[in-house]
Formats: sequence, structure tokens, C-alpha cells
Amino acid sequence: MLKVEEQTPVEFSSELLAKFDEIKSRYPEGKHKSALLPLLHLVQAEYLWVSTPAMDKVAEYLNIQPIEVYEVATFYTMYFLKPQGKYALEVCRTGPCCLVGAEKILKHLEEKLGVKEGEVTADGLFSFRGVECLAACGFGPVLQISPEYTFYENLTTESVDKLIEDLKNKS
Amino acid sequence: MSRKLLLEHINVPGINTLEVYRQKGGYRAVEKALKTLTPEEIVEEVKKSGLRGRGGAGFPTGMKWSFLAKPEGVARYLVCNADESEPGTFKDRYLMTHIPHALIEGMIVSSFALGAKVSYIYVRGEMMPQIRILEKAIAEAKAAGWLGKNILGTGYDLELYVQPGGGAYICGEETALLESLEGKRGNPRIKPPFPAIAGLYGCPTVVNNVESIAAVVPIINDGGEEYAKIGIGRSTGTKLISASGNLVKPGVYEIELGLPVEEFIYSDEYCGGIANGKRLKATVAGGSSVPVLPANLTLKLANGEPRLMSYESLSEGGFATGTMLGSGGFIAFDEDQCIVRNTWNFSRFYHHESCGQCSPCREGTGWMEKVLHKIEYGHGTMDDVDLLWDIQRKIEGNTICPLGDAAAWPVASAIRHFRDEFEWHIKEPVKSQQQNYGIANYAVPIEKAPVTEEK
Repeated sequence: MLKVEEQTPVEFSSELLAKFDEIKSRYPEGKHKSALLPLLHLVQAEYLWVSTPAMDKVAEYLNIQPIEVYEVATFYTMYFLKPQGKYALEVCRTGPCCLVGAEKILKHLEEKLGVKEGEVTADGLFSFRGVECLAACGFGPVLQISPEYTFYENLTTESVDKLIEDLKNKS
Repeated sequence: MSRKLLLEHINVPGINTLEVYRQKGGYRAVEKALKTLTPEEIVEEVKKSGLRGRGGAGFPTGMKWSFLAKPEGVARYLVCNADESEPGTFKDRYLMTHIPHALIEGMIVSSFALGAKVSYIYVRGEMMPQIRILEKAIAEAKAAGWLGKNILGTGYDLELYVQPGGGAYICGEETALLESLEGKRGNPRIKPPFPAIAGLYGCPTVVNNVESIAAVVPIINDGGEEYAKIGIGRSTGTKLISASGNLVKPGVYEIELGLPVEEFIYSDEYCGGIANGKRLKATVAGGSSVPVLPANLTLKLANGEPRLMSYESLSEGGFATGTMLGSGGFIAFDEDQCIVRNTWNFSRFYHHESCGQCSPCREGTGWMEKVLHKIEYGHGTMDDVDLLWDIQRKIEGNTICPLGDAAAWPVASAIRHFRDEFEWHIKEPVKSQQQNYGIANYAVPIEKAPVTEEK
């Protein structure tokens, strides 16, 4: 949930603000609040989560009340309201993926990473959680990794092991 | 081989680029529409085609377009619903990944027909790779003069933008989608007013599914009457079916509506039968919201005639013996799957995705999830089955949007067709934790599958 005590100040870079400006230009005059969801995605891609000071900054940029940002950030499941691992693995846990073994993959990740769903590994690299249908039911089990949202399909415990090793070596 | 209108060139290398898409006849519909047809004539062609909304509701697209209000001096919008989140459905993701220009071409023609100068494609946030693909394709199309100011010198201007969602199933409901596009929580609006009168920013708006918009392209190229010749009865044209679950070849298939369900499941042209040589136990024919059917009623109508993949045939017999085509998310369950577990899984999904506006849905979905969890893990009582029935009946029809119905139907149909399996879980609390029920009482016990307990 919303951590209001989190107060590390946030300053958006000029590159990020330039992206904000481009997105804001997509909507008619006076309807710039439409930019809120895309802006929060950009913030999350930059900081890997959406902190309260960052949300306040977004509100300031869009000239709306902070509560208008909080209510949106808490409604949609993609926005992380607390820090995640550098690689946040999200495994589909809905019906069709479960028919082909998604529950096994979740259990395997828990054992492999040594953390529970929602926790971050000690090295700060990984966190994982089960999410609802990712619209790839024919290629299940599937997982995605934010912030790029790269997709991995037809998972097996072996392919998950390999994926984790590859990510470890990369960083 | 059946006719392919949307996926004809899916295997052509480079079809995701404008160059190859053009070589294969792409953007002919834009030229024809903008240069030779009036907006009214395009709407008329779509009406003649009999195209029905491919997102799930099956409402005639041409009729939806004709409802659009056209007050003087007020902007009109076309919004494409690419918030594909219905469990079992992944056709739009497939289409956008491989042939993004098919959607963009359809958007240009449709926007012209509706008089929209700015259009949005609302893509679910998790599909960031598809968003990148679409944005690249839009940039290509714009550079080549298919978008922007004065398209093909006709004086028609159109800007097309991709809007990401934030991960909420409810935003697939059109008024929730519009709320979300306005930067708010995805709470569905009370209708009326319908979006055709007051939609995005209070202006007249049409919201259409990706596949519906892509289907406008062949309709304009070949004419609405030609399109209407494909299919069966009031189910005209082709439909993308997302096949998943325990099938030999899951994936996205384009079928001519009217194909027998049996052929779809067992023919090598399509799903190739049930995986690992097992038997079919049940299917969900149109995405998780539609009623689950046992194998016999999937393949045949109650009167013994073959069931077909069409809007009418799949719903033949009402909910007593039928289901719905829905969004075309076809999920197959083999003999070792547990209906109670799957129903619990779907209920968890709807509980998670309920927006919380209406009490029957907000409270009811969570209640059903808890009761189903209790039964699945061997703590149920006989009263629980009746309780579930009672809860689902009180959700259905009592909510602002159809999410309540969508949560109620899978539970109702599971009890209707598989009540003995629920009762077996209750009567055999220990055994049901070690083996599955199978197709019926005589099913051979299988090894206990590893199970992850919900935290």
C-alpha cells in the first residue's frame, strides 16, 4: 500500500520531462490528465517503482491534485508502490496457464530465488509475483519481466533456471 | 483450407514492415475509402458485411457506427480496444505483434468513416512490446503519408496515438476504458448515455475491438456483400480463435464461422486433438466468462446435431446446454483437470479484477473465491454448493457492467454441469487432495499433482 512516510526527494531529468511533454501533446487542450497512466509508466521505467514524492511531482507537472495520482496508481496493478528487484518477474497464474503448469513455475521460482512472492532477493536483483492473465494463453506458462516487459513463453523449470542465470550474468 | 482474410500473410517474412505489407496489397483499403467512397458509404458496406463486434459482445459493428451522434462543431473519436485481458484470449496480441499495419489501416478507414480526426489505440499496459511495435508502425505510416495532414491529398487529417493501460481487466469494458484513457480509475460508467452520444471527453465516441477494426480492411477491399458470403447465417466472415489448454497445437487460428467444433479440436489443420493422447473433459469456448461445457455438449447440441463455431450454434440451448462464442478464447480441459480448481482460479481472477463500484460484484466475487477455495482444499460442506449457486444468482444482472455476469456464469455453469465433482470433493475430503476426479466416477486415479497453496 501507499507508503506516505517515504520522502526521498525526486527530481525528474530533462530527458524524462521532454518525454512527458511529447506525451502531453497527444491530447486535446485541457485534457492533459489523460497523460497520467503513460507518465507513471515512464517514472516506473526510470526508478523501477513509483514513490509518493514521484507521484507528487507528476501531479505538479500535470497540474492536478496528488490524490488524483494516488487513486490511479493504487487502482492499476502494474504500478509498484514499493521497490522491487532489478528484474521483477511476473508469472501468469490464471486458468489456461495453470492447465499447463504455471503453479509449478511459481513454486519453482520461490525455491530457486529463496524469497516469497513480493519479496526482493538479498542482492536486490530479483523479485517475483503471480499476476492475472497476460494474454498469451496458447504459449503458457508465461512470464514477463518489467520494466521492459519482455516475454518468455512455454516455460519449464529448466528454462526458468537458465533465464535466471542469464540475468545474473548480465548484471 | 478455409479462407484467410486477416492472417493470410502472417508467415511472410517482414510483414510487420510497411514495405512488405504494401507489397502484399496493404493500404489499398485506405486508397479506395478515401478516394472513392464517402463516410456514409463505408458505414453502409460495414452494415452489409454483417460484421459483429469481435471483442465478445457480438454487437453488429455497422449498427454501432450508425448510432454515432454528429453534432456540429464537436469532435468525434474512434478508440480501439486493445485491452485484451479475457483469460483464454490472445488473438489481438498476436495480430498486433505480427501484422501491426492491418490494425493501422483499419483505424484509418474507420476513423474516416466516423469523421474522427484523432484516434487512440488503448493497449493493455503489459503489452509494452506490442506498444513499441505499433508506435514504430505508426511512425512508418506517417512518414509515408498514410497518417497526418491531408492524407493522399484528400484533405482528410488523422492523428493516431497508442495509449498504454495500467493492468486492469475492467478497462476492456468500453466505458471503463474511456475513463482510463481520461487518466482516471477504470470504473465503468452508467449507461445511458452510451459512448456514441457522450464518450471520450464527453464527445461522441465509438469503441471497437482490434479484430473488428482489422476486419474493416477486407470488407472495404472486397465489398460488404462478399464478406457476408463467408460464414453461416448471421455469423458472417472469419473469426480469430485463440486456442489454449491441453491441446496438441494451441495457438491463434482464423476460421470461417460455421466450422464444426469437433473439426476445430481434432483436425490437424487446427488444434490437432487433445495433448498426450488424453480425452477431452470440458471446454470454455469463448473466454473465461462464458459457461463451461462438458465434452459431449461441446461437440454436439442437446438434440445430437454437431455444434458449430458460430454465434448462434454455440449459444444454442441457452445456458442450460449451450455457451457463447464471446471473444473466441477456446480453452480445452483434458480428463485430468479439476473443474473445482479451475472454477476457483477463475473466481480469484474476477475477485482480483472487480473494480469495486457495485457491492454484489465486489463482495460476491470474493465470497465465491473463498467458498471455492474451501471446497477445493477439502473443507467444503454440501450447503456450500447451494451457497455458491445463491451468490452467483445475486451477482448476475445486478451490476453496472458485465463483469458481474462474467464472474457468475463460470460458477453457475460449473455447478450445473459438474455438480457431482463438487459433491465428490466434499464427500471425499482426503481423496480429493490426492487425486483428481477425472471425467466421471469411474476415472482412473492419477498421481497427485504438486499444488501451490494460495498465500
